[in-house]
Amino acid sequence: MSPPAGRLQGGYSVVVEDLSRSFGDFCAVDRISFQVKDGEIFGFLGANGAGKTTTIRMLCGLILPTSGRGLVEGLDIGKEAEEIRKIIGYMSQKFSLYEDLTVSENLEFFGGLYGLSHAQVTRKVKESATAADLEAFSGRRTREIPLGLKQRLALTCAVMHNPHVLFLDEPTAGVDPISRRDFWALIHELASGGTTVFVTTHYMDEAEYCNRLAVMHKGRIAASGSPKSLKNRYQKGSIEEMFIGLVGRERTADDD
Amino acid sequence: MEVQIQNLSRAFGTFRALDQVNLDIRQGESLSLIGPDGAGKTTLLRILCGLLRPDSGKCLIAGKDVLGDQRFLKSLIGYMPQRFSLYPDLTVSENLRFFADLFQVSASDRAARTKRLLAFSGLGPFLKRKAADLSGGMKQKLALSCTLIHTPAILFLDEPTTGVDPVSRREFWNILEDLHMQGVTLLVTTPYMDEAGRCDRVALLNRGRILATEAPGRFSGFFGGLLFELRCEALFRAVKALRSDEKFDSVQGFGDRIHVAGRGSETGLVSRIRSVLAREKIQVESLSRIPAGIEDVFVDLIRRQDS
Repeated sequence: MSPPAGRLQGGYSVVVEDLSRSFGDFCAVDRISFQVKDGEIFGFLGANGAGKTTTIRMLCGLILPTSGRGLVEGLDIGKEAEEIRKIIGYMSQKFSLYEDLTVSENLEFFGGLYGLSHAQVTRKVKESATAADLEAFSGRRTREIPLGLKQRLALTCAVMHNPHVLFLDEPTAGVDPISRRDFWALIHELASGGTTVFVTTHYMDEAEYCNRLAVMHKGRIAASGSPKSLKNRYQKGSIEEMFIGLVGRERTADDD
Repeated sequence: MEVQIQNLSRAFGTFRALDQVNLDIRQGESLSLIGPDGAGKTTLLRILCGLLRPDSGKCLIAGKDVLGDQRFLKSLIGYMPQRFSLYPDLTVSENLRFFADLFQVSASDRAARTKRLLAFSGLGPFLKRKAADLSGGMKQKLALSCTLIHTPAILFLDEPTTGVDPVSRREFWNILEDLHMQGVTLLVTTPYMDEAGRCDRVALLNRGRILATEAPGRFSGFFGGLLFELRCEALFRAVKALRSDEKFDSVQGFGDRIHVAGRGSETGLVSRIRSVLAREKIQVESLSRIPAGIEDVFVDLIRRQDS
């Protein structure tokens, strides 16, 4: 992997300062700031509607911020969206696979999108940790394959071009416990290879796998730190208890 | 209302989605159905709702065949499929009102229930927003609310909490528990083992067959071997190293800890785990034998059936 142009000094892959985004009079993301280190697995937690997906979409250059600043690999999300999209991978909540194409056609399609030749796609698939399954199902239509495999196919498509930063938006929603674990082994492999992983999840055991976490609540960052430091700070035995303490308490207070 | 499933089979082409399934759910019981993707959970629910015909066998609800009187059955059953159809161009409150009308919920029930559902979902501030403009998890919560706006005698829920945050998940289960107390019969599929553990019984389905049906507290009886919980640094490296040792039946990362299963003597397995980690220079924080949970049994039974 060649070193990316414009990689930030100080080893940060994502830097966000006072970033906001409104939709009409609704402020989805409200002046948030955080950094993600190079090569770390960064877990982005929050209640439904807290602003996680909006943040990811801004960082991927899909929507513009209303105010504030964000850099991905040193590139400005407001001005260099196109460059950003070349060096990142993005897997959305609804895997953007073509359901009526076969597994191998999807791989070819996404490879082509990133300018890879047929031979490069073949090599990339062979190298992937999920090669055996992709091979076994290569001729099957994507809508017919098990969800866990669909998810690994979506991941393989998203990393076809060796992205520096990988954004995963609830990649494991609805996937069974065994497939979830296999998927996290893949994420960990990517991160040990130097890819920065930015991931959202509602599974709090998965949050434990992350190097650092940020908890978003109503458009703001309510807490951040390593899983261990967060549990210590809030004196909870698990991230789930920490999360419920932090987000649940505030919500009840708001409702009264 | 009791549910009886008798010798139920259904294939799609050469794929056997359900293979001779037998399962009884007592009136007022809550039962969770767990299993890997493609195990047949959704197919089973669709047959129970009369939406899909079985190849053989039958399902009875309150003693009546589900392929019989549809109007009678519809009056008993509440069903939330994985992809629930909300009206995207209606607002949150319009969707709730629409489903309340559809199920002929009385005005007094409607107000109390709406209040309760808004408290669980946190959708209160978004009442005027169109369903199409809600976040993914919010849509799921609205779909749940629309399903629970009436109180059917039997509720079939297909992965109702997928994409729902932990706080709402807990509040949603509190609502289910209330319905359970009122005598509603519940059948829920879920990828969350903690949710499965909140039901009276758990049934594990794999490749169209039921492998176990038991109360959560008695699930550990299905576990074949000894189970250890390990906390150490370099979790993924430790999992990899332990997995390469054939002595262990299964090695699974559980967030900040690892579950290692194996057969033989306790002391033998403990020293084996320690020596593998010592070779990798991984520091052990704690290592102890624990009883198997639902998820451990899930992994163990499926591994044994598939091998």
